[in-house]
Amino acid sequence: MAVCVAVIAKENYPLYIRSVPTESELKFHYMVHTSLDVVDEKISAMGKALVDQRELYLGLLYPTEDYKVYGYVTNSKVKFVMVVDSSNTALRDNEIRSMFRKLHNSYTDVMCNPFYNPGDRIQSRAFDSMVTSMMVQVC
Amino acid sequence: MEATAGGGCGSGPPLLLSEGEQQCYSELFARCAGAAGGGPGSGPPEAARAAPGAATAAAGPVADLFRASQLPAETLHQITELCGAKRVGYFGPTQFYVALKLIAAAQSGLPVRIESIKCELPLPRFMMLKTDAEIRFGNPAELHGTKVQIPYLITEKSTFKRMDDEEKQQETQSPAMSPLASPPSSPPHYQRVPLSHGYSKLRSSTEQMHPAPYEARQSLVQPEGPSSGGPGPKPPRHQASLIRSFSVERELQDHSNYPDEPWRITEEQREYYVNQFRSLQPDPSSFISGSVAKNFFTKSKLSIPELSYIWELSDADCDGALTLPEFCAAFHLIVARKNGYPLPEGLPPTLQPEYLQAAFPKPKWECTLFDSYSESMPANQQPRDLNRMELSVKDMADFPAPTQDVTGDDKQALTSATDEALPKDISEDSATPKDPNSLKARPRSRSYSSTSIEEAMKRGEDPPTPPPRPQKTHSRASSLDLNKVFQPSVPASKSGLLPPPPALPPRPCPSQSEPASEAELHSQLNRATSQAAESSPTKKDIPYSQPPSKPIRRKFRPENQATESQEPSNTVGGPASVATVKPHPAVQKQSSKQKKAIQTAIRKNKEANAVLARLNSELQQQLKEVHQERIALENQLEQLRPVTVL
Repeated sequence: MAVCVAVIAKENYPLYIRSVPTESELKFHYMVHTSLDVVDEKISAMGKALVDQRELYLGLLYPTEDYKVYGYVTNSKVKFVMVVDSSNTALRDNEIRSMFRKLHNSYTDVMCNPFYNPGDRIQSRAFDSMVTSMMVQVC
Repeated sequence: MEATAGGGCGSGPPLLLSEGEQQCYSELFARCAGAAGGGPGSGPPEAARAAPGAATAAAGPVADLFRASQLPAETLHQITELCGAKRVGYFGPTQFYVALKLIAAAQSGLPVRIESIKCELPLPRFMMLKTDAEIRFGNPAELHGTKVQIPYLITEKSTFKRMDDEEKQQETQSPAMSPLASPPSSPPHYQRVPLSHGYSKLRSSTEQMHPAPYEARQSLVQPEGPSSGGPGPKPPRHQASLIRSFSVERELQDHSNYPDEPWRITEEQREYYVNQFRSLQPDPSSFISGSVAKNFFTKSKLSIPELSYIWELSDADCDGALTLPEFCAAFHLIVARKNGYPLPEGLPPTLQPEYLQAAFPKPKWECTLFDSYSESMPANQQPRDLNRMELSVKDMADFPAPTQDVTGDDKQALTSATDEALPKDISEDSATPKDPNSLKARPRSRSYSSTSIEEAMKRGEDPPTPPPRPQKTHSRASSLDLNKVFQPSVPASKSGLLPPPPALPPRPCPSQSEPASEAELHSQLNRATSQAAESSPTKKDIPYSQPPSKPIRRKFRPENQATESQEPSNTVGGPASVATVKPHPAVQKQSSKQKKAIQTAIRKNKEANAVLARLNSELQQQLKEVHQERIALENQLEQLRPVTVL
């Protein structure tokens, strides 16, 4: 379903990025990078209100002709970015939300590991397997 | 009785074995011989050679046995030479027994000579290997009737000291310890495990942080040891325990040639892990927080990614803390990894927490061993453990919510890492398959930890508050401090009030006299009361019964002081006024005694007054400071707010 999944740290460097292995992986990386601007924009727009009221799920960040990019921010400014194939019209918002929730839960589990230093690359196998399960459908 | 070692040892003196020794040696011999018969391939050549008649122990198991004695290789060579096995080419019973005797001698620190075996020696200790499956972990079998673990341990250490050029005085001290400590058999077995090989390696890298936690573990394992052994034997014991826990792997490597069942935890291992757990966290049913576990496991010298992976495998409910089964699983994985086993892809079924909990029920350990732990814990350990406990208590006590929230919030509090997940996410997370596990774990932990909380609190409240608690000084302040800690665990108690100390309840009852300072006062008043049967004396009783500063009683203070102020005026007025207050039949000396009593009471009240006033001013000061802090923080927040839009 997802073509590319990325976890970006608060300082906007990637903690984890994984794409479907195609020849244009660099394109996905670039898309994720450019989507960060949109994420910041969305956060700042909501930022006038209290932080508590801010929605974690940011929704569709921007669509291109081939892909759609969705975003999600946690309370500690860690961003999840997901690139989804546009041709996959069956994907609904709820499904995207549930995918982000799974990502968030797995990320929490990674953080719970005392050997994980926040800011390191995520090398948890459980996290990998969870992301793979989200991406495996795409051939 | 093995009278003469005629056959094997050519010029050997008669080998006299005591009954115990003979029993032990024959059993060992039978074991080696039996193992030889069953051993794959190690038996045949020797067995063939030994075919004519006498039972022999094959070289393979015998060599294993000798290695298990933890003696260095050259000593073993010497022993084999001396006992004559080399000469005859096999280990007959005589050679075997002589060899065992020489091993015992070497372990006792005596030189390896034939003469050594003439004297009375303790039995040699070995790492007896039960079955193939367990050999890898070097589980010692129980040699029946032999309770010489400590002498072995001591002598073991003494030999090592010599080899490492340690001071000799430890040898003298170590035998003194032998009759003292009597721990269960398996921990000392584990102490023996690593000593030989890991010792030199780890001695060179003794870090400072090791002694403290290992000392805790030591005090666990040998409850009487530290108290009686003195400082001398402690360093070797530290290092011994240092080695014990982390060169298990070295020892296991030597003996581990058997790949089957690597993920099964045996009973001895289990006990060992539990002891380690208890050294980190006294309550066996509570958790080890992530940071504590991290420090502990980091000492195993595995790489961080591997440790991270092991953690991932073992922390089944992903809460950032390890329960006892999780801890055992993690420890087991670390041990296996150090032995060279590749980490599994998933947690093996024998290491699952449910399996571990089912296979090794914990509750019986909690009561007995917790008690023994608490009583054996040296005083210097208490504050540290207390802090840890209090920390966990405070963390856990901050969320006196129902279980589900507790799961999320508890773990959030316990993990020091920055959690960004919302509590509901965590509870959702745990709501999925881990729910039964977490729910099962949490209530139990809460119930047990609450008892430990109370114990900790009881222990904690005694040092801060002075024994003459009724006599205030900082009663108010101390009550505040304690209230912060008390409040969550005893929410029923009114905030701001101390739970009534034992001394207090009898006090209000006028018929009983309490602290000595007021005893005579009470008695005076009581007598006066009994004779007076008037309301005013009884009224005086009640204020008098509370004078010193229970904050609860403060409201009586004005009354007290009012009555007190009345009293002096009355007494100043003269005995007449006193007489008017007291009934006429009261004797003059009674009234004067009463005057004195009243005056002492006045004095006391004045003192109490002064102290309380001082307290008040201090608290006002604190309040001001807290206000200022609050203002400062609010300012900061205001400043930061526009910036943190992002």
